[in-house]
Amino acid sequence: MSTLLEVSGVTVSFDGFRAINNLSFQIADAELRAVIGPNGAGKTTFMDIVTGKTKPDSGHILWGDKSLSLIGMSEAKIAQAGIGRKFQKPTVFEEQTVQENLMMALRKDRAPLTVLFFKPSKTDFTRVEDLADQIGLADALLRVSGELSHGQKQWLEIGMLLAQEPQLLLVDEPAAGMTPAEREKTTAILVDAAKTRAVVVVEHDMEFVRRLNCKVTVLHEGAVLAEGSLDHVTKNQDVIDVYLGR
Amino acid sequence: MHRSFIARNPSVLIFLAILALFTLGVTVLSEGFGIGLISTSFVKVLGKTLCLCLIAIAMDLIWGYAGILSLGHFAFFGLGGYMIGMWLMYERTRQIVVNALSDGVLPPTPEEITAGIGNQIFGVVGSSDFPLIWAFADSLVLQLAFVVLVPGILALVFGWLAFRSRVTGVYLSILTQAMTLGLSLYLFQNASGLRGNNGLSGLQNLPGITAPQSVVSLWFFWASALALGLGYLLVAWVVSGKFGSVIRGIRDNEARVRFLGYSVETYKLAVFTLTACISGIAGALYYPQAGIINPAEVAPIASIYLAVWVAIGGRGRLYGAVIGTAFVSLVSSWFTGGQAPDVPLGFYTVKWVDWWLVLLGLSFVLVTLYAPNGIGGLIDLLKRKRKETQP
Repeated sequence: MSTLLEVSGVTVSFDGFRAINNLSFQIADAELRAVIGPNGAGKTTFMDIVTGKTKPDSGHILWGDKSLSLIGMSEAKIAQAGIGRKFQKPTVFEEQTVQENLMMALRKDRAPLTVLFFKPSKTDFTRVEDLADQIGLADALLRVSGELSHGQKQWLEIGMLLAQEPQLLLVDEPAAGMTPAEREKTTAILVDAAKTRAVVVVEHDMEFVRRLNCKVTVLHEGAVLAEGSLDHVTKNQDVIDVYLGR
Repeated sequence: MHRSFIARNPSVLIFLAILALFTLGVTVLSEGFGIGLISTSFVKVLGKTLCLCLIAIAMDLIWGYAGILSLGHFAFFGLGGYMIGMWLMYERTRQIVVNALSDGVLPPTPEEITAGIGNQIFGVVGSSDFPLIWAFADSLVLQLAFVVLVPGILALVFGWLAFRSRVTGVYLSILTQAMTLGLSLYLFQNASGLRGNNGLSGLQNLPGITAPQSVVSLWFFWASALALGLGYLLVAWVVSGKFGSVIRGIRDNEARVRFLGYSVETYKLAVFTLTACISGIAGALYYPQAGIINPAEVAPIASIYLAVWVAIGGRGRLYGAVIGTAFVSLVSSWFTGGQAPDVPLGFYTVKWVDWWLVLLGLSFVLVTLYAPNGIGGLIDLLKRKRKETQP
């Protein structure tokens, strides 16, 4: 497996506070990874840096086979390069239908003129239907997404990410506020997605991480504290001290 | 599943039909071509209202759909008016000067004609030389192109600077107010080359046309109706497809659209520029009907009125913008035109010329608080009622 994303020596400070401190992190193609850590460990900032929202003070972020540097690229360009991001709070376009939401996300040319003259083809509709099926919203295609339940909105957002066909999916606390049944389904969607692409899940909930059954990276004070299987890291004394012991 | 544009937007067809009927009705009742029930001056009021409806559609696109509260679109409207006004004034003055000079023994030289026109136009600001910006005033084609290009380029430059720096929300609104205020102050100067506070006048007279105003007014009325119809079609088409999805997405959650891979700034700039061009066309049709344009027209308050019209009509639906603008601007001209009867309260007499603004402000506050969907919201309500009664 080759390296898809390589973050090395990245540091970010906000008003003197080091949110990310010399962080190095690697992820391979088609890998599922959970990132855990206490509040303020820098999990969300890490996502902000990779997706271009926050510019790091120093360090390198290299992407893909060609080792493209992501630093200085706009959010839109990074998204087009193949990195999808799911926010903590479900963010879908509430006034638009499930179909419109997914159609907007489909991997296509994003230039305004192309979009203006865009006419969805049969294949596009089929693709949207397949995606809706995958996230369990096949019956809700024409519903306004604002009417959906919290869990359904989370799935729709994941569906929109899948529609982008990213090579790397960054998912921020996907199971927050979900019922046990919804969590199970979310797990299945993510595990399935990770078969063909890299998926990084940031999560608080240890039970959910256990279900993902994947390699775990523990962040603390903006740096990697431990890495390995969940059993391995939960036995690590540092991890127990800063995170699990509390 | 994917039906034609008109089939997906039945309201467009209804709107166009009503507009056509209205145009026909006004023509039949006019002095120029009909039975004379509607005076020529009222035809002009109606024609101007159609132009205001056109800029309101542009405002609805930028604010109602893309979520950018621009409070400067009257700058583009005014620029459109100035661009066509320059040709109208130049060409008409030229004909007058040529006629006056042709009485002499020797035929006038081109220099004499130019000097004569310059004196006529710029005498009021104590000058007789043509400023550089009048270089193409003798060409109708070029000035017509400027009607679209000048507002478009201003919007492109201003928008590029503003959106690139990610200025959003109320800060952007303030910036657009500053833009229109700056333009207005600049135009007020005699040195601006557009006759300072005198503005351009006599625009109702078309050069070389001997037809009476009762007829000319209808030509402009038809042109305004046509422009409104085409503008409505264009904007309805723009917002109907995926482009519409994207800009509504920008309105509701800019960051999400960005992380989907859309360049939010480019989209905003495209919409801002397109609406500026539409506003320019609306202004170019408005001012020949008004007869005069001066810098007060692009004062910041004008663009605020525009937002009020669209809000009262109901933003995010094009017919709402049209209804709100037509309703408020017609009622406004009734109240401020001195036709509304004063209300004597004994101790105080309510004069509507003064109190109309209070009433307008109050209704704006009430609409914002209690009916955020404006008049258009009523239509939604009726639609829902009908759906419920006939499932």
